Amino acid sequence: MNRPRTLYEKIWDAHVIERRPDGTCLIFIDRHLVHEVTSPQAFAGLRASGRAVRRPDLTLAVPDHNVPTTPRKDANGNRLPIVDPESAAQLAALEKNAPEYGIRYIDAVAAEQGIVHVVGPEQGFSLPGTTIVCGDSHTACHGGIGALAFGIGTSEVEHVLATQTLLLQPAKTMEVRVDGEVGPGVSAKDIILHITGTIGAAGGTGHVIEYTGSAIRALSIEGRLTVSNMAIEGGARAGLIAPDDVTFAYLKGRPYAPKGADWDAAVDYWRSLATDPGATYDKSVVINAADIAPSVTWGTSPEDVVPITGVVPDPASFADPSKQAAAAKSLAYMGLEPGTRMQDVAVENIFIGSCTNSRIEDMRAAAAVIKGRHKADTVKWAIVVPGSGLVKRQAEAEGLDRIFIEAGLEWREPGCSACLAMNPDKVPPGERCASTSNRNFVGRQGPGSRTHLVSPAMAAAAAVTGRLTDVRELMR
Amino acid sequence: MNPLDKVEGRAIPLGLKNVDTDVIIPAHWLKTVSREGMGGGAFESLRADPDNLFDRPEYQGAPILIAGDNFGCGSSREHAAWALGDLGIRVVIAPSYSDIFSGNAVKNGILPVVLPQAAIDRLIEVAKTDPIHVDLEHQTVTTQFQDRFTFEIDPFRKMCLLEGLDEISLTEKSDAAIAAYEQKLDAERPWMRPAAA
Repeated sequence: MNRPRTLYEKIWDAHVIERRPDGTCLIFIDRHLVHEVTSPQAFAGLRASGRAVRRPDLTLAVPDHNVPTTPRKDANGNRLPIVDPESAAQLAALEKNAPEYGIRYIDAVAAEQGIVHVVGPEQGFSLPGTTIVCGDSHTACHGGIGALAFGIGTSEVEHVLATQTLLLQPAKTMEVRVDGEVGPGVSAKDIILHITGTIGAAGGTGHVIEYTGSAIRALSIEGRLTVSNMAIEGGARAGLIAPDDVTFAYLKGRPYAPKGADWDAAVDYWRSLATDPGATYDKSVVINAADIAPSVTWGTSPEDVVPITGVVPDPASFADPSKQAAAAKSLAYMGLEPGTRMQDVAVENIFIGSCTNSRIEDMRAAAAVIKGRHKADTVKWAIVVPGSGLVKRQAEAEGLDRIFIEAGLEWREPGCSACLAMNPDKVPPGERCASTSNRNFVGRQGPGSRTHLVSPAMAAAAAVTGRLTDVRELMR
Repeated sequence: MNPLDKVEGRAIPLGLKNVDTDVIIPAHWLKTVSREGMGGGAFESLRADPDNLFDRPEYQGAPILIAGDNFGCGSSREHAAWALGDLGIRVVIAPSYSDIFSGNAVKNGILPVVLPQAAIDRLIEVAKTDPIHVDLEHQTVTTQFQDRFTFEIDPFRKMCLLEGLDEISLTEKSDAAIAAYEQKLDAERPWMRPAAA
């Protein structure tokens, strides 16, 4: 009888090519996702050293970070140029590098284009039990379908392109178990915000987190992708959720997923990956789902989470002196006073999108709140950015675009948009944004921007009232 | 990559916790196809303050940066390591790092030294007036005031830094093992290849 193993250990063991005496392992990479921002220097490196891409068949490229979310074609269907010369140059580089190295490329105007972490699972390119890397920290997202997926730097992008491997030390394992059922108005985003607030921004450093428990099992794939997406905000390099029937139903029939007898063999294999009874984790955290409220961030670290019913904390209330200093600095940047009720904080901008919350279920959740209502006059800018062209098409088929537009929100083309201030979608200095993205860092949504992380339903509620709002009040 | 062994000089006593890679290098500096010239954007939001540490004369060309917990958290952007390198930083000293940042740092010849908060607090005091010495071979951080802190480092990373190794050339020596793995995978789990779309 073999030693009981966790999901992480099973995937890791199945990918070890060589184990070095110092414990470093050469790991095979099953899928490599490439976008325009972190790959140009890697391709330049390959070119300089005369190397080829070892496995172009395992590589998929799609532009997402700096494509504008305004229309990409004119009324006659002609492609519109990208105005910003630097963004245009990065896009042109990917457009040239992908075919030159024989890599699958989804064009910026293709129906399948979108945020790389939305596209991977949607195309069935990301599969359970695979190792997936991308030059983007939110690669952790794909753990929602049971893939060991993590972000890498550009040197590692070049390493994977050249060798289809990475040299890694095994991670420690951490279980975050969410028991019970969440209440009404509490979404996957609230679960992961609550977890991040509980474990801290470095709580998972050096670990791969497996999310378990009945509240996780009850999530759709969209919800699981949201949870695993933000594993990195808790410091973990990757998140994992064991694949199950929900996962298989989501993946079956997707373009790159196995077909026929291959599908059956794959499902048998995927079922074998679940953590064995008796396997142990290096660290465990248990959360009661009933304790999770619709949540919101007040500061400039994703660990700065309070329930929407809460108040801005007093920096002196933190035990750790360095956290006291950080909190004081955050509040000065955010323009907030301790004791202010979160629901009294006015917001001028609304962003519904990003790899965390731009899938069809997110669009539906936001639309359900905003249907028949209108955005507040004090909300100057409110955009809804679907995660892919296919999400956009589906939402339009369901009439969700009309609901947003009639409520005074803008319905955009897919991309990373206002999550990271690399494309024209930015929050002006000093203004607040209720945002469904993943990071509230200083300047993340534009220099001087003030971000409050929330769920899609909460962002829609804030659009209606013009302030951070408990969505449960609008659900009555 | 430039090999690294001993580094001696002034250390910027930043000391902040959770310094994220958006702070180290904001996204608008990422719109380039080159690795060069990112020092200009390094710590842009902090340097907007005219009294910031980075632009004080005594820290010009300082090869060491001292920070708080969870340095380099957030984005995987290697541009953060390139920006530090362009500023002339060869060593960061902090109680902890994000996993991705510390990997990126090593690949760019930057040593992430891990020391407990008490040591960081002491080094921040010294750094305000005096230089700090870092010795990778012996894994020590010392000052002229008899402070001596030892640090742990993964032996593979240590070797890469000391020798300035190119990891891709190293991995290419395992080409036969990679090919054997690929063959075995195709035989045992042929469905792992993306299906013909």
